[in-house]
Amino acid sequence: MRWTAIKIARAGITMWLVVTFVFFVLRISGDPTDMLLPDDIDQATRDFYRRLWGLDQPLLTQYWSYLMALVQGDFGISFRNNLDAYDLVMERVPKTLLLTGTALIISLAIGIPLGILAALYRDSWLDRGVMAVAVFGFSMPNFFLGILLILVFSLQLRVLPSSGSGTWAHLIMPAATLGISFAAQFARYTRSSMIDVLSKPYMRTARSKGAGPGRRVTLHAVPNASVPIVTILGFKIGELIGGAVITETVFAWPGIGRLLTTAVGSRDLAVVQCIMILLALTMVTANAITDLIYGWIDPRVRVGAGATQK
Amino acid sequence: MSSQDMIEGRRWAPVRLLAGTPFGVILAAAFMAVMVFVMIFAKVLQPYAFDYINLLARLAPPVPLSGSTWAHPAGTDTLGRDLMSRLLVGTQTSMLLALLGTCLGAVLGIALGFLAAHKGRLWDEIIMGLVDFQAAMPWFIVALAVLAFLGNSMVIFVAIMALYGWETYARITRGLVLSAREQGYAAAVRGLGARARWVYLRHILPNIAGPLLVQLTVNFPSTILFETSLSFLGLGIRPPMTSLGQMLGGGRDYLINAWWLAVVPGLTIFLITLSMSILGDWMRSKLDPSLED
Repeated sequence: MRWTAIKIARAGITMWLVVTFVFFVLRISGDPTDMLLPDDIDQATRDFYRRLWGLDQPLLTQYWSYLMALVQGDFGISFRNNLDAYDLVMERVPKTLLLTGTALIISLAIGIPLGILAALYRDSWLDRGVMAVAVFGFSMPNFFLGILLILVFSLQLRVLPSSGSGTWAHLIMPAATLGISFAAQFARYTRSSMIDVLSKPYMRTARSKGAGPGRRVTLHAVPNASVPIVTILGFKIGELIGGAVITETVFAWPGIGRLLTTAVGSRDLAVVQCIMILLALTMVTANAITDLIYGWIDPRVRVGAGATQK
Repeated sequence: MSSQDMIEGRRWAPVRLLAGTPFGVILAAAFMAVMVFVMIFAKVLQPYAFDYINLLARLAPPVPLSGSTWAHPAGTDTLGRDLMSRLLVGTQTSMLLALLGTCLGAVLGIALGFLAAHKGRLWDEIIMGLVDFQAAMPWFIVALAVLAFLGNSMVIFVAIMALYGWETYARITRGLVLSAREQGYAAAVRGLGARARWVYLRHILPNIAGPLLVQLTVNFPSTILFETSLSFLGLGIRPPMTSLGQMLGGGRDYLINAWWLAVVPGLTIFLITLSMSILGDWMRSKLDPSLED
């Protein structure tokens, strides 16, 4: 209970730091009216917009009202098209979830079985082959992979569309682009985790009590090996989102990543701010949940953390 | 290596060094040696000035393809600039930035890791809190926003690159220092009356340098991908300067009639990350086989 409370408090502090950081970095970058309004506009109009957006207030007052608005779920209005920034972002969420979710499922479905096989047949040609492919897979920059896929499947073979998101065929190349490097990483983590577990005394015990090889792997090895993989999954969410920004740009996939690159291009402060805070919130929550699940699967973590934190 | 080894083995040392090393590792090391050479001498090696525009020689393909000339062995871009020269200078920019970013991040992280381990209590809490904060920030997205809003000076770009990944070094250093301090040699030196800074710099740092060096190698590919991804999106390195990512981003618009504009720089990035990953894996398995994954 105490351990859970500490975890949640830490997540809260991290979130406050993120929100503060975002505010100050985006505000010290200069007066938004300079960027958005034409140079030759008269001072009265400029002052009107500064008042409208609260930019005439002292910085700390702005910070306070920004914090209060955030707590109430108000992320501000897009400077560009006067729509609610939160609504603009939320409208794009399903597309990004579809892309990252598919990529994650592909990568787990490929990576984990290959990692298990590589560990079971350690040092065989299968193991070497899988690991060699894995090194290629995670060294491949996703923007380059995306372009190669477009060259081959859209321009040469003309079988898949290179941009947009209308049909299922549109999903294939972006999901593969995003998923392949994660599949390679999961294969490596699974292999090392399985190798570690297979050498544990309880595997010998299982064998000595007469459990067959299939039973030993599925009931004893895999559940134990999955613990570190759950932890890694939490850390990978940030990378997954960063990868989605690139992939969505390459394939003109209308998700959050593409919204971000266009909002950054047009200096739409509220939208950029909203995306950064929501992404950080997703990551902090994911990490906190991972920690809690981890502590729940493996009670030793809870005791250890409690001991070092008094 | 002892002095006797040096005398007896001098002639054969290179051969002996190569004997047990996998072929892929030798290939990766050789490729990285070439890249480092390019990083240093790109401006000397370039056959033309990398930004020299020659509209009469636009979009020449690289040599094996029909229509290519030996005047531009790697072809030319949409403004007739020589691709070989641009590739050399782009590699130089990307390599230098990745190296600078990796080293600055490592120095910052290692220093903070030492500080956290040495001061303990409040400092430890604050630094580890910052580590959590850094790990929770989608840093690539922060970089996008900061570069777009704060403008695109080289100083800001390098600072962002340095802040990318420092938390890994801090976490590793803190752990290593805490366990090294408990070992005999550190206690012995302290017992002799050495000051804390001396113990850390002269005795503990050399002892934990191995794992940190491996981490540096392992981090290098993601740092170079960080730079190339940002430049690919049109932030980061912008014209008139060039980098591999910027070349790839520019070449993306000409996939139909000049695919090599994107493929050649893309392949270079891929080979650099691949070589560094192979070297990192190999170093890790040499240093501590139990860490291998």
